[in-house]
Amino acid sequence: MVTRDYVLNLIEKAGKGDRRALGRLLTILEDVNSETAWVVEYLASRSRGAHVIGITGMPGAGKSSLISRAISVLRGRGYRVAVITIDPTSPLSSGAILGDRLRMQEHATDPGVFIRSVTTAGLLGGLSLSALSMIEAFDALGYDKVIVETVGVGQSETQVMNVADTIVVVTMPGAGDDVQALKAGVFEIGDIYVVNKSDRPEASKTYEYMLFVAEKGEIGRGGAWRPPVIKTSSTLGMGIREFVEALEKHLEYLKGSGEKELRLSSRRKMLVKLLAEKIVVDSLNTIAEAELSKLQGNVEGFYEKALEIARATGEKLVNLRIQ
Amino acid sequence: MSMELTLSRPTTRRKVKVLVAKIGLDGHDRGAKVIARALRDAGFEVVYTGLRQTVDQVVAAAIQEDVDIIGVNQHEGSHVYIARKLLEKLREYGADDIPVVMGGSIPVVDLDVLKNIGVREVFLPGTPINEIVDKLLRIAEERRSRREV
Repeated sequence: MVTRDYVLNLIEKAGKGDRRALGRLLTILEDVNSETAWVVEYLASRSRGAHVIGITGMPGAGKSSLISRAISVLRGRGYRVAVITIDPTSPLSSGAILGDRLRMQEHATDPGVFIRSVTTAGLLGGLSLSALSMIEAFDALGYDKVIVETVGVGQSETQVMNVADTIVVVTMPGAGDDVQALKAGVFEIGDIYVVNKSDRPEASKTYEYMLFVAEKGEIGRGGAWRPPVIKTSSTLGMGIREFVEALEKHLEYLKGSGEKELRLSSRRKMLVKLLAEKIVVDSLNTIAEAELSKLQGNVEGFYEKALEIARATGEKLVNLRIQ
Repeated sequence: MSMELTLSRPTTRRKVKVLVAKIGLDGHDRGAKVIARALRDAGFEVVYTGLRQTVDQVVAAAIQEDVDIIGVNQHEGSHVYIARKLLEKLREYGADDIPVVMGGSIPVVDLDVLKNIGVREVFLPGTPINEIVDKLLRIAEERRSRREV
């Protein structure tokens, strides 16, 4: 049981720079439910307007290494940086290897940097709810840049992406031609496109493809912003300043156009939706568990059974009160 | 049976989170990776921090990730020195409630030395992976029952 005093104490300590307290607070948020929803609300009401940056792209494109390089530049400019990295949960064992952190370990002891790994575990938006709740914590505690890194596949990750202020799509040489890039999906959503590993052969070809896609297509999320394409190499440290510059320019654009507020609003709307989903799923699971354990042998009339469970869940929800 | 288990698992049940670390100049990471994969297959969330970490980096990672257990793998003979440093640092940061376990090329004669320093469990060469999994699960469960979250 997580008591209110315990959490408030954690938040206060975390605000004073106690990283252990922040680590524990994030654990509560990773697992947020109707009992702890108030924590997210409390933190959200103390938002300091952090710049939320979503970084997505195929596995192995070098997202984590790029972030690590970018952190150095951002720190040089005096920003406090938080990173939430999301790694897949095994569908077989439900275990996970969280390996993104490895690329950023040089920043582990920097008091202005906080890195937290989460998995895609959890049902129906569970992941997004964890990540969104953690964003609120970092925002309230004064982190200027909150970077969320995902492999960019699967709906729940797209949900997180869609509520970032700035979406960065990372690709690399040899990752397919312009037709690949024209396909619907992750390449539609970028505010900034990065061709990482540009020290490799064929980098300029991939760059041309991306340029074509970014310039000719009706890519991006509307508005006056034209998504830039940037060549980087984390190995050589090439293009990192340009990348950070693009992040800054996009933030300026968001603020100037009033879009920053719109994106914050859609982030909060998503929080409400995911929390509702979580409340329903939790109630459903409790009831389903009890009902299903009664079933024996060859189960018949399962649609009727499903409706029964759904109705019972509805009744339970009707009686739910805010604590 | 396993089907019913899956259905009845509450959505809020948190996985055991373990940090697998290699500290210092030791470059032999095959063992650490085998352990990391075995723990993943047993349903753990494994944070792997890679080779040549400092004690400070490992403690910082453990705190930020709020792990249940720190597992250190050493193959070059410095395990006693490293264990002493690591537990010292954990105390310094008020994080000495995180249990530390060790494995790798550790001779039997050092077993008591390590335990006296405060290492919770030492897995000598040849320890079956199932045994490691079981012990880690027990350590994590016991700790969680004492902790508020």
